Amino acid sequence: MSILVGNDTKLAVAGITGREGSFHTLNNRRYGTNVVGGVNPKKAGENVEGIPVFANWEDTVKESGANTAMIFVPPPFAAASALEAAQAGVELVVIITEGIPAHDELKLYNTIKRDHPNTRVVGPNCPGILSPGKANVGIIPASFFKPGNVGVVSRSGTLTYQIGNELAQAGFGNSSIVGIGGDPVPGSSFVDIIELFEKDDQTELIVLSGEIGGSAEEEAAEYIAANVSKPVVGYIAGFTAPEGKQMGHAGAIVSGSAGTAAAKAEALESKGVRVGRTPTQVAEIAIEILKG
Amino acid sequence: MDLLEYQGKQLFGRHGLAVSDGKAVTTVDDAVAAANEIGYPVVVKAQVLMGGRGKAGGVKLASNEEEAREHATNILGLDIKGHITRTLWIEHASDIATEYYASVLLDRSAKKPLVMFSTEGGVEIETVAEETPEKLIKENVDPLVGLTREQAIGIATKGGADADVIEGVADALVALYEVWIEEDASLAEINPLIVTPDRQVKALDAKVSLDGNAAFRHPDHADLGDKANLDPIEVQAAEQDVVYVKLDGNIGILGNGAGLVMSTLDVVAQHGGSPANFLDAGGGSDAEKVKQAVQIILSNENVKAVLFNIFGGITRCDEVANGLVAAFADLKPTVPFVVRLDGTNDVLGREILEKAALPNVYAEKTMDSAAAKVVELAKESR
Repeated sequence: MSILVGNDTKLAVAGITGREGSFHTLNNRRYGTNVVGGVNPKKAGENVEGIPVFANWEDTVKESGANTAMIFVPPPFAAASALEAAQAGVELVVIITEGIPAHDELKLYNTIKRDHPNTRVVGPNCPGILSPGKANVGIIPASFFKPGNVGVVSRSGTLTYQIGNELAQAGFGNSSIVGIGGDPVPGSSFVDIIELFEKDDQTELIVLSGEIGGSAEEEAAEYIAANVSKPVVGYIAGFTAPEGKQMGHAGAIVSGSAGTAAAKAEALESKGVRVGRTPTQVAEIAIEILKG
Repeated sequence: MDLLEYQGKQLFGRHGLAVSDGKAVTTVDDAVAAANEIGYPVVVKAQVLMGGRGKAGGVKLASNEEEAREHATNILGLDIKGHITRTLWIEHASDIATEYYASVLLDRSAKKPLVMFSTEGGVEIETVAEETPEKLIKENVDPLVGLTREQAIGIATKGGADADVIEGVADALVALYEVWIEEDASLAEINPLIVTPDRQVKALDAKVSLDGNAAFRHPDHADLGDKANLDPIEVQAAEQDVVYVKLDGNIGILGNGAGLVMSTLDVVAQHGGSPANFLDAGGGSDAEKVKQAVQIILSNENVKAVLFNIFGGITRCDEVANGLVAAFADLKPTVPFVVRLDGTNDVLGREILEKAALPNVYAEKTMDSAAAKVVELAKESR
């Protein structure tokens, strides 16, 4: 199978007419993703290389049957567009936009949870989701990945490529690669995605790639111990990050002892999750387990 | 962005939270004039983004003009852990009956705002949390409802606030929550929140951090923060849309994507090296941006060797290679560079570097081998 995106995906994109939005939408379509529409209130009726543009999410869903939304609009409008997609009944909303105010993310998360419990949000500030050989929704450079049995969930984009590439060079592919993003209030957490990988029959091993800040990795460790039968390999970036300094991602900030890389690695290891100290080591451990 | 105490208090005042009357000044004469106007006794407080101001001699009580002048003279220019005091906050000294603690922040785990309250104010709240956690009340707020007065009264009551000030504390909590929401703060903290002998509740200090991502809807925030004490290189980097953080080591690092750069720092450290900086050139870096990034890295004199670790997604490796070639032409660096290019257009990027035959540039195939190489080079050139 793979998770979240695949052969059933019908993708529509808010921000399709922008420079980045159109580039990546067309990239996704070239990969084989079924792209059915785009949203731009000012350009309704036009099209982007044959992809019809609608005025709003309600029209888009009605006319195109979209079940997956990708949000590429600028930060001030991104949360509103995501909510509108959920209101129109879209089941999966992937927010690529970087730089959304934390309070907007907070309100979006809680509103969707209360009013649209059947909609799942991935991101913001994430590279999207790739199910190799089936569909690519986002900005992950798909050519480095091939179909296989390793599920990857990560807070960082480029680090995901690094780990995925090491696995690919050793001959292993991926069921799905999910970037959940590094922002303070992500729509989906490690736990949410690991739950899906556990149920997915294509996935035989799960790689969790985390980083400093917050407690999502610690929560994942608890969840894995209680609920996951498949092997999980962990990685944490930021062992050498100084305290109190922000390292690019809004979420990657260390204050005090909680949230450090060491604490996260320890939390995972105490629950039996092997943690690689470098991306290379992660791939080595994964390969060792898969080869049995 | 972290605010100075007086900036935080001015925001508090705007949202109806009681603070002492005061004035921000930058000269001794203005400090004395402010003190005379406010009326003695006054407190002269250094405005720096650093804890431990009191211990460093940055907070003094003045009961007359002579003392005000003496303290202002001593504190202006005072170096508090590397932060130079350029602004003083002069406020009327408050009589204190009791000290509480209050804050609002984001609970990332619950994905809700968190209100904290304690009757153990005036000390480090981390110590309270660790030693007497029962004295620190933490309660999540539904962000779609907001902090109601009922909930605030409940928090003040559970926290053990004196019965006659429960309403006053609740008002302060509601106002603090309003500050947090309406100013797009990531943290709004009062320590201490004092009760005066005539039973007024007042914020004696203010610690506020604002979300830079929300700056577009707060044009009035543009002048806040302690700009004068920022590292000029970090300011330059921010203007060029590059995330740069200076560190203590001697190996310059450039990568794309925060996670990969953090990971690169870790791998370098594992090989026995010490990174001189974190630099995320971001997605889609073009040659010009790479050149500027090299300039930023080399502006740190401690740098003995530089590592480029690129995994191109949006970023194209040929652009990175062209940027490095341009940087060599312009800046003529004398330290060795180790370059690892993978991902989009990597073959092209490596060809460009090979053709340019830059002096002292070493190509490596993997992140691990590149880290090992740069550590070795940094040791040699020490």
